Amino acid sequence: MNAIEVRNLTRRFGDFVAVNDISFDVRAGEIFGFLGSNGAGKSTTIRMLCGLLRPTSGTAIVGGIDVTKDPEGVKRRIGYMSQRFSLYEKLTVDQNITFFAGIYGLSKERFVARRAFVLDMAGLRGREDTLTGALSAGWRQRLALGCAILHEPPIVFLDEPTGGVDPLSRRQFWRLIDDLSRAGVAVLVTTHYLDEAEHCHRIAIIQAGRLAAHGTVKELKSIFASRPILEVRAVEPVAAMRALDDMAEVEKTSIFGTAVHAVLRSSDVTPEVIAARLNAAGIPPVSCTFVEPSLEDVFLDVAERTAA
Amino acid sequence: MNALWKTLAVARKEMRQIGRDRRTLLILLFVPVFFLLVYGYALNFDIRNVRIAVQDNDRSTASRDLISSFVNSGYFDLYGEVMNDQEISRALDRNDVRAVLVIPARFGSDVAAGHPTSVQFIVNGDNANTATTVVGYARGLLSATSARYELQARLGSPQGPLVNVEPRVFYNPELRSTLFLVPGLIAYIAMLTAVVSTALSIVREKEVGTMEQVRMSPIGPVPYILGKTIPYFVVSLISAMSIVVAAMVLFDMPMRGSWVVLLGVVSLFLVGALGFGLLISSIADTQQVAFQLALLTSFLPTLMLSGFIFPISSMPEFLQLVTRIVPARYFLVALRGIVLKGVGPQVFWSDLVALAIFAVAILGLASLRLRRQWA
Repeated sequence: MNAIEVRNLTRRFGDFVAVNDISFDVRAGEIFGFLGSNGAGKSTTIRMLCGLLRPTSGTAIVGGIDVTKDPEGVKRRIGYMSQRFSLYEKLTVDQNITFFAGIYGLSKERFVARRAFVLDMAGLRGREDTLTGALSAGWRQRLALGCAILHEPPIVFLDEPTGGVDPLSRRQFWRLIDDLSRAGVAVLVTTHYLDEAEHCHRIAIIQAGRLAAHGTVKELKSIFASRPILEVRAVEPVAAMRALDDMAEVEKTSIFGTAVHAVLRSSDVTPEVIAARLNAAGIPPVSCTFVEPSLEDVFLDVAERTAA
Repeated sequence: MNALWKTLAVARKEMRQIGRDRRTLLILLFVPVFFLLVYGYALNFDIRNVRIAVQDNDRSTASRDLISSFVNSGYFDLYGEVMNDQEISRALDRNDVRAVLVIPARFGSDVAAGHPTSVQFIVNGDNANTATTVVGYARGLLSATSARYELQARLGSPQGPLVNVEPRVFYNPELRSTLFLVPGLIAYIAMLTAVVSTALSIVREKEVGTMEQVRMSPIGPVPYILGKTIPYFVVSLISAMSIVVAAMVLFDMPMRGSWVVLLGVVSLFLVGALGFGLLISSIADTQQVAFQLALLTSFLPTLMLSGFIFPISSMPEFLQLVTRIVPARYFLVALRGIVLKGVGPQVFWSDLVALAIFAVAILGLASLRLRRQWA
């Protein structure tokens, strides 16, 4: 059985359809990425899966329990952590752990073991009596994760868990997520950072409440199988982009840092042909090579197609 | 059992937060006593030592007797003599005196002969309340004097009046307004700490996002709300009882009734007040809104419509009806009964019933709303 099974899940707020007929599964031990721009419906979906918000229609089975029938039962089987790292800043590290252990109803023996686990995991040994508000964002983030998994839930929801955290802490945090996954925990994570999404086993892209695409990273990138991506570097990238846009072989272009990505209409065209054309147009490219599509290419492509 | 442990976990956390937040704790525990001091000394309706000037056009034994009866009453201080109308106006204009007593010429011979005569009493009316009271004092003194001369004329010898009023004021023999006000203050301050602190503490969790985090855990709304309210109940109770003790020490307030009954009545009132705070927290999304709502819906009615300062019986009919939904009104009756009269619940049971109805209704409404929001 899957950890999460979502079928035709829909949520309306008045006339506005926040989540529109979404279906997907998350398996145990899987890291499932939820991508989408702000207001696309990610948080609304998570709130429904956690039993906080009733779906208008459709079903969601989380940890084997229907969220509409037994929200309390769902809450016992999930851990939740959000970008706000919702800890009590005026309490110490230890007091926060004690509080969350209390509301999860941990027994004394289990509390001792789990407290030790969280302190080690978050690297907060020796800081048990520090006020949480005085910790750096990275530490607070790891403590928040620790408090969310005190009761060892088989399913964990992470709602933009890495916002406002430095890159090193983000990397450390993803290592913790990998550990959870290896321990068999299903992790559903939403993120803005597309480089992070590459860590996910499978990804769902949600656009305006609809599931625009989903699958493994490889599967998602396969939409570019017959449309190779050419990365062109030039002294004047904007001029190069305009020239590429005028070529019949080029489907579309976008700026990636200092380079231009051009999606070609067929895989028959070679980079040399394009380079020669650019030379002829008086914009000699510094480099002109095929590249593997990134998730950002995928995301932009999906976004454009659903918008159209 | 499980729910009980979770309630305790929340209560313990809340206590730690209150303890950590020195400012809030200070506000909860010391501001009430500070309020008591300020209000207790400032809100004083007793009028004494009214300065008067005298224009004595008679200069007889009778006129001097009249003047000394004013001064000896304790209500009036003699400021000095004035000679003419200009001086009267000036003394009143410059606020040197609040009233002027004008005794006509032939006052002494008229009263001796039993002829009717009148003295003039001019009062500065810029403060209507004070003026009314001062006129009342003067009228009382003058009628006593008048009665004395009337008898003297009839019987031929100076005597006291035949029928004398001997007022005896029960419960507050010196008619000190502080004694009347302190129970009101207790209601007012209890309302402040209970309503505001509960409402703010819950709305703060909404604002910061910890509420959302807690809602994601398997704790129902009831253990959470109970756990959050119990600490404030305890703090408010301590705060209210400390006002009683402070009033006894600072203002010689008597405590004639039973402490157990007092504790029970205050607790009953606090339950309603905390319920009100919860209701506000279910409506407001920011602390600012919560505070303003609390101010409008609980302080003002408690201050104006409870009988704390303005007697309900002298309000217009419509407002009297409105006061029926102000819980502090019933609380005050019970509180004054216990503290000043030393009576028990058998006297104010109907007020206790009203308080209980209020508490149950408001808690029911608040829990209904919070439960729905909890999902």
